[in-house]
Amino acid sequence: MDKHDSLSMEYGMGKKTLTSYMYGFGFSLLFTIISFTVVGKQLLSSFALHATVWSMAILQLLAQVVFFLRINNSSQSRWYLMPFIFTGVIILVLVAGSLWIMFNLNYNMMH
Amino acid sequence: MSTQTTSHDVAHHNTDATDVFGFWMYILTDCILFATLFATFAVLRDSTYLGPAIKEFVSLPYVFAETMLLLISSFTYGLAILGLYNRNRQQVLGWLGVTFLFGLGFVILEVNEFLHMIHEGVTWQTSAAWSAFYTLVGTHGLHVTIGLLWMLLLCFQLIKFGINNTMARRLTYLGLFWHFLDIVWIFVFTIVYLMEVF
Repeated sequence: MDKHDSLSMEYGMGKKTLTSYMYGFGFSLLFTIISFTVVGKQLLSSFALHATVWSMAILQLLAQVVFFLRINNSSQSRWYLMPFIFTGVIILVLVAGSLWIMFNLNYNMMH
Repeated sequence: MSTQTTSHDVAHHNTDATDVFGFWMYILTDCILFATLFATFAVLRDSTYLGPAIKEFVSLPYVFAETMLLLISSFTYGLAILGLYNRNRQQVLGWLGVTFLFGLGFVILEVNEFLHMIHEGVTWQTSAAWSAFYTLVGTHGLHVTIGLLWMLLLCFQLIKFGINNTMARRLTYLGLFWHFLDIVWIFVFTIVYLMEVF
């Protein structure tokens, strides 16, 4: 292929740019450090700790999906977004359902 | 000749987009695999059968180092993709090399951690909690190892074939896979390690 031909790298995700990777890396770093710091130094009460660590994980998930995978709500990448959201729903049902059933089972075994 | 090449390229281009979408479908099913392992771990994490708890073996600085290695490798993989846009093979190979080293560092730390735990007497046979731990973390580690082998293969192919549409598509597959592994790791360090400690 000629050196001047451009690669047809249009798969539906947004174009990767250095800026987007910098943002993704910066945000991920920030969220990771916050998580490890609040847990390592035991800065908060148990409930606040759970809430913080979970929010950081979700925020980092979003940061990496948007800035690394470049999937967003633009018309071209909606094909990628919709099954992604669907998978999220399946995972929620799977994990929350398992925990719910097993918690009840444990509870009924002991009472 | 030129018309033929063009029409071939157009057809190629369309199937490329479909193929990458298909790979995305695979990634999402792999997410569900991990979700079942996470659910199993969440259910069994306290079933230690009077043996040692997982928290006794968690070292936060160590896990933080693993996290950084994988995060940096995810970032440098992106820099390799930018090299692909510039059609600069040296740039692609260089950053893939850096990514490989960081990924390898991650796997070495994890294997070392497992060896340390086994040496201390906790194996996957110790209790249900430890079985779930080794299965979840091990499956992720296995994915990273496969990603590393795949990366080596693509490096050889880049040296042999240079940069073209086929290689761009293959590097995009691995990119999705590699970023996906870092996303799974966010939940591994949050659910398995951080939530054990408090």
